[in-house]
Order: sequence, then structure tokens, then C-alpha cells
Amino acid sequence: MRYNGNKTKGRILTDYFFKWLTLAISSICAVPLILILYFIVSKGISAINWQFFVNIPAPVGEKGGGVLNDIIGTVMLVIMASAIAIPIAVIAGVYLAENKNSPTANLVRFCAEILQGVPSIVIGVIAYIWVVKPFHHFSAISGSVALAIMMLPVIIRTTEETIKMVPNHIKEGSLALGVPYYKTMLRIIIPCGYSGIISGIIISVARIAGETAPLLFTSFGNPYISYNPVKPIGSLPQTIFLYAMSPYADWIQQAWGASFILLSCILIISLVSKFLTRRWKIQF
Amino acid sequence: MSQTTTARQAKGIKFKEGLFKWTMSNSALFSILLLSAIFVTLFIGSLPAIKVSTYHFLTGTTWDPMTNRYGALPFLTGTVITSFLALVISFPFALALALLLGEFYRKGVIADIFKNVIELMAGVPSVIYGFGALYFLTPAIARLEGGLGYPTFGVGILSASIVLAIMVIPYWTSIAREVISLTPNDIREAAYSLGATRFEVIRYTILPYTRTGIIAGMLLAMGRALGETMAVTMVIGNTNALPKNIFSTSQTMASVIANEFTEATTDTYLSALIEVGLLLFIVSAILNVLGKQIIKRLGKI
Repeated sequence: MRYNGNKTKGRILTDYFFKWLTLAISSICAVPLILILYFIVSKGISAINWQFFVNIPAPVGEKGGGVLNDIIGTVMLVIMASAIAIPIAVIAGVYLAENKNSPTANLVRFCAEILQGVPSIVIGVIAYIWVVKPFHHFSAISGSVALAIMMLPVIIRTTEETIKMVPNHIKEGSLALGVPYYKTMLRIIIPCGYSGIISGIIISVARIAGETAPLLFTSFGNPYISYNPVKPIGSLPQTIFLYAMSPYADWIQQAWGASFILLSCILIISLVSKFLTRRWKIQF
Repeated sequence: MSQTTTARQAKGIKFKEGLFKWTMSNSALFSILLLSAIFVTLFIGSLPAIKVSTYHFLTGTTWDPMTNRYGALPFLTGTVITSFLALVISFPFALALALLLGEFYRKGVIADIFKNVIELMAGVPSVIYGFGALYFLTPAIARLEGGLGYPTFGVGILSASIVLAIMVIPYWTSIAREVISLTPNDIREAAYSLGATRFEVIRYTILPYTRTGIIAGMLLAMGRALGETMAVTMVIGNTNALPKNIFSTSQTMASVIANEFTEATTDTYLSALIEVGLLLFIVSAILNVLGKQIIKRLGKI
């Protein structure tokens, strides 16, 4: 066959063009992100001052409203959700790693996958039916139940992956020394996987901290500071939703401020988890 | 003192052993129980509405709680159209990003930049996307609508689809990238050794090889898009009527629950909303299982 210079040139050009097209299209994806980040930072910072952190919301038109109640609420919701989800999820993850191919484990994995895909609003409905309806009022605990259901599959999966990476000889060594199985698990295997498990927990916290849909009709929102788990409680994402949809300029301004706080918390949390995985990687 | 365990200690250890194993298997079984309980609860909760509206739930176009008529077709259409449009819009972006990270730049500065962009995109909460969209996207869409001679709401199906597309991109990208990296290296290298350019390698080996995987990613992304609530609720306009065109305001299954659940005054009304939730649950579960199974099968080859 004769070498056809022109055709080759065309092919090379196509290749070159395609590469730059891919790069260009990919770069466009960053535009909305940059826009959102830029506006949240520029508008958010101007909305934030000391009062914003220490005051509760003020009536429209009055100065000095803050979001302290929502910050407390979000922290409480996350802590309670973690308290519900972490023990169950970590132990279930260990179970999955220990029984890799048993039919039960496969079924559990299957269910956890589906659970992860359940829309958050449906989980809100479930928490409403399970917790709000029997007690006849909205409560912080019902919001935490909804968030805990969302945390569960994430922690189960990360724990399983982490525990799987712990080499078998460590477990066998412990068992050979006569350490009972439960102690081997709790004292040797789980501590070996701490970094992975903790970063999984942190990732799940970052995911649920910004969730609004499951809280709409569970924790409901509360313009006052509340520490009571059986009473409605405010949360940052829900306040952002309320303020952003309102027609008042100063509320919208506060929504930017609240978004800034929420987003920076989530980013810091994700950075911490990244740092953790890098710093304490399981190495044997 | 002897070092041997006494009978009592042994008994204690045995008990703890049993307790631990019991806790372990029960925690695992908990997620099975939870999922079944969710399904059963939703089903029981929606029974009153199923009795009232029967098949009209899927075919009726009037949603009127006052007269107990619950036709969810407008929401179903709204959901399908927004999700479908979102997938169409996000497809080129997700594919480009996946190719970039899975083929062109697997390591290095550019890969790191784009990886971080995707992670950030996935990390931004839905409500903030909605808020952002209210401020940049809806005015732009309103101007577009004005130019085309439609009523300038700004909010509507198109706005919702664009926000959904942005939210779905990171998810779809990460699946597509995984699938692209599953392409066996010998196929790739065989193509290169025949003198193919990179574009030709992608076009004739990687894309055919990963087609199923990318479709699986589409199913999973669709499952995500269907259930996305907050951002959609904020920009879709929330009207319970069949959408006429892509600029008209509408309602999705998720947004109708978010909007009306706390206002539901009668039991049947509430139950109709729970039925919407049940439908959402079933559809997203099916999409999720299908997508994951396809990907699992690909990984085994």
C-alpha cells in the first residue's frame, strides 16, 4: 500500500481536534461551579458578621438576624443521626467483609445498594410515617432518623472495603494466640481500619449535612434555639430554602450567608476526610 | 496461679462471642429489614389512595384533593421530561470528562484539577444548586423566553433540566470513567500498534467496549435525577398541569411531595402523596438495580 500523506495528516488533525474538544467541553462543566462558588463567597461574606453567628432570626426588615438556631440544629441533627447509624453500619460492614460470598451478605449488599439509591424525599416520607405520625408532632429525632437512613449504606460500604483490605494474617495471628473472635474483631481488626471507617463516616456526614428534602416534614424548622430532640428544630439547608424562595432582599442576603457557612463546613469536612485517608492509609 | 482460663471465664467468653456474632448478623440483616419495611410502609400508606383512584392515578390529569381526584400524570410527565432532558444535556459533558480522566489524562495536574472539580460538584448540596440557579439561570432563561415570545417565567422545565444536568454530571462521569478504565489494555494497545490515532482508539475500541457501561451509568444517573428534590422544586415553577412545552412550569413527583406533604389535610390526600413516593421508590430501585447489575457483569469479563 502506498503511504498517503494527506489522509494521515487528516487523521492526526482529527485526533488533535478531538482532544481539544474534550478538554473544552470538560472545562465548560466547571463554569457553573465557579459561578456558584464565586457568588457564595462574594455575597456570603458580606452577609456574615458576628451577629449572624450569635443571633436567632429577626423579623423581616429588622437588622441583626442570625442563624445560630440553625447551626445548632444542623449540628444536633448530624450528631443524633450519626449516633443512630454508625454502630449498626460499622458492624454490618464488618459482617460483610467477614462473610464475603455468603448469600445473606450478597442480599445485604444488594439492599444497601438500593437503599443508597432511594430518593431523599422518600426517606423523608418514611421518617414522617414512622416517627412524626405516631407522636403527632414534628421532631428533631425524626429528622435524625431520616438522615441516619441515608448515612447507613455509605458507612456500610466504606467499612466493608476498609476491613477487606486488612490482611488476613493479622486476624489469623490474633486467633492463633487464643484471642476470642469478638476481641479480635473489636480490638485488632476494626482499629486497623480506623482511618477508612472514620473517613467513610465523615464522607457520609458531608453528604447528609446539606440534605434538605428529608427534613422538610420531619425536623420541620424552628426559628428559635431548641435543644429538645422531640421538638421541631431548625437546620441550615432548610433555612436556605426558606430564605432563598422568599421575596425579601435581606432574607435572600442571609440565605447567601447561610449557604456560605454550610458550603464551607461541607468542604472542610471533605478535606479532612481526604487528609485522613492520605495520612493514615492502611499499609502492611 | 495457673494461666488457664477457668470454666466460668470460658463461659463468659462464649457468651460474649455469641452476643457479638448475634449483633453482627443482625446489624447486617437490619438493612434488609429496613428496605422491606420502607416498601411495606409506603405500600400500606398508599392503600387508601389506591382504593380511591385505582388506575386513574397513572392516567388522570387532574390532581384535585378537594374532589378526591388524584391523577398523577402531570407529575409523571414532568419527571420524565426533566430527567430525560437532563440526561441529554449532561451526556456530552459526562462523556468528555470521563474520556479526559479515563483516557487522556490519567495522572498529572490536569487530571487533579478535573477530579477536584467533579468532587466539588458532587459535594455542593442540592439546595445551594437550586439557590444558585434561581439567581443566574432563571433570569437567563427568562430572557431567552422573552426573545422567543413565550411568557417570561424563567422557572420551568428547561431551567429544572439544566440544574439537574449539572447535578448529574459528576455521578455519571465517575461511573463512565470507571467503565472506561475497565477496557483491557491489550485491546487498546493492539489498536495503537496498528497505527490508530488516539481518536481512532477511542472511537473504534473504547467506545464500543464501554457502550453498555455508559448506558448503565445513564440508568443510574436517571435514578438520581428522578428523585432529586430541592433544586428542582426551587426552579420548576410548581404547577399541577400537563406541561405544554419545555418552557412551561411544571411539577415532578419529588417536588409535589415536597410542596404538598405538609399541607395535606385529609388522609386520602396524604396517602396519594405517599403513593407518589412509592412509585418514585420503585422506579429508582429498578433503575439502580439494573444499572449496577450491568456494571457488575462488565467488571467480570
